[in-house]
Parts: sequence; C-alpha cells; structure tokens
Amino acid sequence: MALATTSLLRRGSELSDTQHQRAMLQVHPAVATLPSFDGQLKQSGVGELRPLTPIVLQINLGKMCNQACKHCHVDAGPDRTEIMSRETMQKCLDALDASSITTVDLTGGAPEMNPEFRWFVEQLHSRGLTIMVRCNLTIIVANPKYHDLPDFYAKHGVHVVSSLPFYDATYTDRQRGGGVFHDSIKALRMLNNVGYGHENTGRIIDLVYNPLGALLPGPQASLEKEFKRNLLDKHGVVFNSLHCITNMPISRFLEFLVNSGNYERYMHTLVDAFNADAARGVMCRTTISVGYDGRLYDCDFNQMLDMPVASASDHVSRFSMSELASRLIATDRHCFGCTAGSGSSCGGQLA
Amino acid sequence: MSTYYDPADLSKFGNISAFQPELAGKFFEWYGAVFAEGALTQREKSLIALAVAHAVQCPYCIDAYTTDSLQKGATEQMMMEAVHVAAAIRGGASLVHGVQMMNKVNEVSM
Repeated sequence: MALATTSLLRRGSELSDTQHQRAMLQVHPAVATLPSFDGQLKQSGVGELRPLTPIVLQINLGKMCNQACKHCHVDAGPDRTEIMSRETMQKCLDALDASSITTVDLTGGAPEMNPEFRWFVEQLHSRGLTIMVRCNLTIIVANPKYHDLPDFYAKHGVHVVSSLPFYDATYTDRQRGGGVFHDSIKALRMLNNVGYGHENTGRIIDLVYNPLGALLPGPQASLEKEFKRNLLDKHGVVFNSLHCITNMPISRFLEFLVNSGNYERYMHTLVDAFNADAARGVMCRTTISVGYDGRLYDCDFNQMLDMPVASASDHVSRFSMSELASRLIATDRHCFGCTAGSGSSCGGQLA
Repeated sequence: MSTYYDPADLSKFGNISAFQPELAGKFFEWYGAVFAEGALTQREKSLIALAVAHAVQCPYCIDAYTTDSLQKGATEQMMMEAVHVAAAIRGGASLVHGVQMMNKVNEVSM
C-alpha cells in the first residue's frame, strides 16, 4: 500500500511545531481581517463556550498508523511511535468508574495498533459502556493478526466508525494512499459478513466523509444516498450512516491549504459560513478528549494543537467532573471548522 | 474598474439588493427554492447549473458551480460530461440551423 504522504514530523516541516500552527491561525496575513472565534461567538449572541455534562470520553490511543493520509489532523503515520500505555488506560478506566460518562470513543492513529487495545476494549465492555472505535478499515487487512477484528468488534458490541472519503478508488486513494480503497472495500465486506451494516443486527458501521480539498462538505443526507447506492451497486457493501466532517485547518490539511494557495480562501469560507446553531451544538461541550499521554483536552483538534483544558483537572490521573464543569472551552480560529455551514463533529453535521 | 471580472465580486452577489431590495429578495428566495432537493437531487441540479454556466459562459457561475458540484459529491468525470452536454447543445444549435440554410438554398435555387 503506497502512503499518501509522510508525517510533518518526519519531514521536519515547520508545521510539526504546534506553536507555528497557532501563529498561522492567529497572525498570518491570510487571516488578518478575520474575527477571532470567541469574538464571533460574542457578536453572534452565542456567548462564551461552556461545557454541558460530558457524555463522551474520546481517547487517543496513539499517533501510530498504517496509513499516512494527506489531510490527517493528527500527523499520524507508520513512523509515529507515541502510543498510550496500559497504565494510562487504567487511569482512564478509573476516571470512567468515577464519572457518569456512558460512551468511549477510541481514536488514533490506528487505535488497533496499540498492543493494549484489545485488553482496553474488554475492560470497557465489561463496564457496560458504549464503545466506538475509529477504525481506518485497512488495518483489518494489513496483517493476519488483525483479520479477526470484525469478530472482536462484534463480540464486544463495538460501534465502528470508519473514514471513506469517496465511493470510488481514484478519489479515496488520492487522499489516503494507493490501494486504500480496495483494502477498505475488502474490510467492509468482512464487517458486513459478521452483521455490521445490516438492519436489525445491532452492529453499526458508520462511514465518515470529508471533502477532498478546500471545500465544505455537502448535505449529509444526499451524500449518504449516493454512497449507499454506489457502494451497494458496485461493491455489494452496506453501512449504516454517513457522517460528513469538515477538514480542520490544522496539521497536514493546513499544509495542503498553504501549499496549494487555498489557505486564505478556505479560512474566509469557514468564517463566512459561521452558523450560530452549529456553534451551540459543538461536540466539545459534551466531550472530553484524552491524549496518548493522559493529558485532557476539549477536543481531538485542540489536542493536536497542544491546547489543554483550562482546568486544574488537566490530566486523566486528576480527572474531576466538577473541576472540568467550570472550565471555559479553549478556542482558536480552527474552531470555525466545526461551526461552518451545517456544522461538523465526530458524529457528522450538527444543524 | 481595471477589469470586467473580479473573483472577489462573486461573494458580493447579495449586494445587488442594495439598489433594489424587494426584487432581489424575491430572486434569492426563488433561487434557494430552485436548488433545494426535489424531484431532482441537489447534485443533479448542481451539474445542470454547471452545464448552463458553460453555455452562458459566466465565470462567476463556473466558479460557484464547480465548487458546488464537488461539494455535492460529483466526480471530475461527471462534471466534464456536463460540460460536454452544454457544448453539444451549443454545437447542435448551430448545426441544426443548417437545415434552415438548406431550406433557403432550395427555395432560391434552380
């Protein structure tokens, strides 16, 4: 499988420095005339971004991945070695035991590459928690040791969420690497074979669409219809729902925007499409994000920009629902990605 | 005015309401309704708009509906086929008048 790119870190890109990325969002000439995100919230009457009761603990099990997608906001790839230890996972379990959070969303990298992944899922399952795994599909066919993942997911009631930017090889491979579409279809068939994607099995596989360039995603319902029709007709594959996610102007997608001369236009597009209803429903209000090292963030994007929660409870070993409840959510201009048009979250469009 | 067309003018389309708000309001409301999902999907409508944009050779419309078609999940192949449809109708419209020419030739010729 040919990689779409390599990590910014490996290439020694200045964008691998999160301070440089923050400066791009704050003081770059392309964004000079744009309002700040907090300013926009105030002006639109949404006000300060305060958390609601958290429902989801999103845990990043590491930056290691078998793929290296061009738009990756994690800067993940085969060369990244940062992964969560069992000790930190145990602290996540302790935090969950002491909280009312009902859903755990496991992400990466490819979370399955963490050697403690299965142990962790078993622990979560034994607690009766709803488990989501952000599976890149190709990992299932990448190595024989992963071929039984569909059975493992089924056994532990895992809700699988997988990226597939298009129902066609050309576009998918352009973003995710050569051969990714072929392998993804193979993996989807394996998931379908154990009941995933079929009605009334209770086994859910949702797909995630993100635009293949400096564009906002189109309407989710209409894209879902096209995906379902094409994947069934051409590949005999079924899935449950399509989530449309906007590409955030950070990390490798930011690199694409700058290198292709689209940065200024894209940022203006996001700001012009600001939707107050989407802003009120942003996922950071009901999610706590945990980094591979146990640090706490308002969302996975803040995590990748090294913007920790503004709270004394800033590490999973100091997890405190009451401390976190009084925090103000940390924002920067990348947040316009979640509030543009119909909005965007890890669960798709918001408004 | 240094050029007739400026890409930045596309996003100012709504400003036409400054000189005549009532008619502009009616136009934009109708425009929105036209492009809503109906018997035709939003993607089909976007591709029709892209084809028409090429027929009327409006650079603003080409810019807008290239972006819109991509956002609606159209492929490059679909979009180029839409442009060919526009070109075929334009070419055909010229050629079918060849019959008129032939009619006239037949009328005046011995």
